Amino acid sequence: MMGLTRRQFLGALGGATAGLALPRTTRAAQKGTLGYPESFGVLCDLSLCVGCRRCEQACNEANDLPAPDQAFDDPTVLQHLRRTTESAYTVVNTYPQANAPAVHRKLQCNHCQEPACASACPVGAFTKTREGAVIYNPDLCIGCRYCMVACPFGIPAYEYHDPLTPRVRKCTLCHERILAGKRPACVEACPMEALVFGKRTELLERARNRIAAKPENYLHHVYGEHEVGGTNWLYLSPVPFDQVGLPTNLGEEPLCAKTGGFLSFIPVVIALWPAFLGGTWLFKRHNERQGQQPKEGA
Amino acid sequence: MSQTAPTTCWIKDKLFFGLGAREYLRSLLTPFNAVAAMILLAGGVAAVVRFGQGLGTATNLSHDNPWGLWIGFDLLCGVALAAGGYVISSTVYLFGLKAYQPIVRPAILTAFLGYAFVVLALLFDLGRPWRLPYPFVVQAGFSSVMFEVAVCVATYCTVLFVEATPPAFEWLGWRKLRAVILHLTIPLTILGVILSTMHQSSLGGLFLIAPGKLHPLWYSPYLPVFFFISSIIAGLSMIVVEGSLSHRALHHRADPGTDFDALTIGLARAGAIVMFSYFALKILGVISDGNWTYLPTAYGSWFLVEVLGFVLVPCLLFASAARNRRPRQVKLAALLSVLGVVLNRLNVSLVAFNWQLPCEQRYFPSWMELAVTLSIILLIVLVFRSAALRMPILRPDPTYPEHP
Repeated sequence: MMGLTRRQFLGALGGATAGLALPRTTRAAQKGTLGYPESFGVLCDLSLCVGCRRCEQACNEANDLPAPDQAFDDPTVLQHLRRTTESAYTVVNTYPQANAPAVHRKLQCNHCQEPACASACPVGAFTKTREGAVIYNPDLCIGCRYCMVACPFGIPAYEYHDPLTPRVRKCTLCHERILAGKRPACVEACPMEALVFGKRTELLERARNRIAAKPENYLHHVYGEHEVGGTNWLYLSPVPFDQVGLPTNLGEEPLCAKTGGFLSFIPVVIALWPAFLGGTWLFKRHNERQGQQPKEGA
Repeated sequence: MSQTAPTTCWIKDKLFFGLGAREYLRSLLTPFNAVAAMILLAGGVAAVVRFGQGLGTATNLSHDNPWGLWIGFDLLCGVALAAGGYVISSTVYLFGLKAYQPIVRPAILTAFLGYAFVVLALLFDLGRPWRLPYPFVVQAGFSSVMFEVAVCVATYCTVLFVEATPPAFEWLGWRKLRAVILHLTIPLTILGVILSTMHQSSLGGLFLIAPGKLHPLWYSPYLPVFFFISSIIAGLSMIVVEGSLSHRALHHRADPGTDFDALTIGLARAGAIVMFSYFALKILGVISDGNWTYLPTAYGSWFLVEVLGFVLVPCLLFASAARNRRPRQVKLAALLSVLGVVLNRLNVSLVAFNWQLPCEQRYFPSWMELAVTLSIILLIVLVFRSAALRMPILRPDPTYPEHP
């Protein structure tokens, strides 16, 4: 005997088929909720941010970026909304509120637990590190810019004006500094302690405690806990998150689940199309031969 | 002297239609070629700027709009409009509708040129085009839809190249090689359908990752299915459009034994059926996601223009043209459907993409992007024309046995 009963075989076959048909969504989502439990992140409390832009300056210095067009202490910069660029991995925007003081928000890579950019890259140039950062390897990048299409937060920027070695540019969560036991430059520079660096799990706890301590101060939601499968940057805000430019229509499923579900059907196409098309051709040839025989006989 | 003579003779016979070099060059001085030369000149200038100074100088791309005309038109529309190759070769070789044999060669040539020039356009758009083979030789991103597109387009381009060689071999007189390729027809056709199914749908699948950026009327989990089915529409319609144009422009090269108008009636019937199921699916997509509340908005009107004006109307035109046997109406319907597929691809990649951004952050192509795109379309036409004028594309070579 083979040591494999018919029932076991059919069971295994069924399991394999189900595994094939089961959209990668579920698998990706499971992995997402597990994440890297020990990874680091930053809690950003918008109720504490005063828009001083010290974080921008610290980021600029830590990453050796070119000097900005307007000085970091020039408050007029905050009069219009900005986004991250190849020479500014983080920017602070001011969002005026009706009947309430304006709220400032710092924009940078949110370091998703299941990064859409990483799943989109055709050469796998992005890595989600154990420490939490999503980092980019310019030595692999072909410059298709699909990561920029994929990012739900509109963060990656491109060096469009470099004809020879253009790179995607974005916040690295100061991965090198974290490995050296230091905090990200922006966190270290914040005079208001609006930014807190720590283990993501502990930051979530701290965020909930802050809401519980002053429930009237905060929207009762930690942005980034579940959005697109969770991010390593977490936000507390006194106003709804769509009023400070954070998308609230993204859902809790990692974005890679949407493409993964589709990609998992490709093996099915590869398996079924040749059989169907080849079968059709054989059928056609069979019919042709059947049709020819009586003629030859006649 | 005696060594160069056969070469000169070969060039004269094969390339210059038996004319002398000076006569041949004089025959090229036509108004069409003059316009073509001007467009190519503009495209050349744009190419120098793009590769000399970078994408930023040549294009209107931005951090918010990483993809522009070269992806939206050259890649997405280029691949869709080249679908005639797999559509017609599977019809003839796998499903056995031999009546359509005369249009296989032009369709395959169009498809091959389409894909070859898609790759050329991609070289313009990629930040580091010399790294094009990286996904295959350095590191593969298996979770990426883009990786799948890259694998399929590269493989299918090769398949189409092989499929397009027989007329060239007949022109060159390489009988043995031609016979070898003809024996591969069936496997190549099957491979072509598999690869096309995969990457036509994947081009729609590319946008699945951006639900927050693409307008809900265009974003749908069915995007890959929409793209695949509409590629069949594009393929059928492009065969009619391209066939009508080449029969008009190159009628002296066309096969007098083929009644192209009669064939278009059959294509119209197929077109009507496929377009109706596409139309139904598009409506189903809107209903199932509960997005019909967006219909009374400006984007909703634009969506209706696409789905009614460029899907339902040509669908009905195809149906009535097939029923009443009106070839001219088939051509009109085919033109509308081709425009409809182009409109859909531009809507998904450019118009309805980033719909929430303020107006001043939206994308509009630069003149250099337009010049490159026009040059690429023109190059396809020119290469097709020069091949069809010299090789047995539009009619079989009587000195060769029948096609398999």
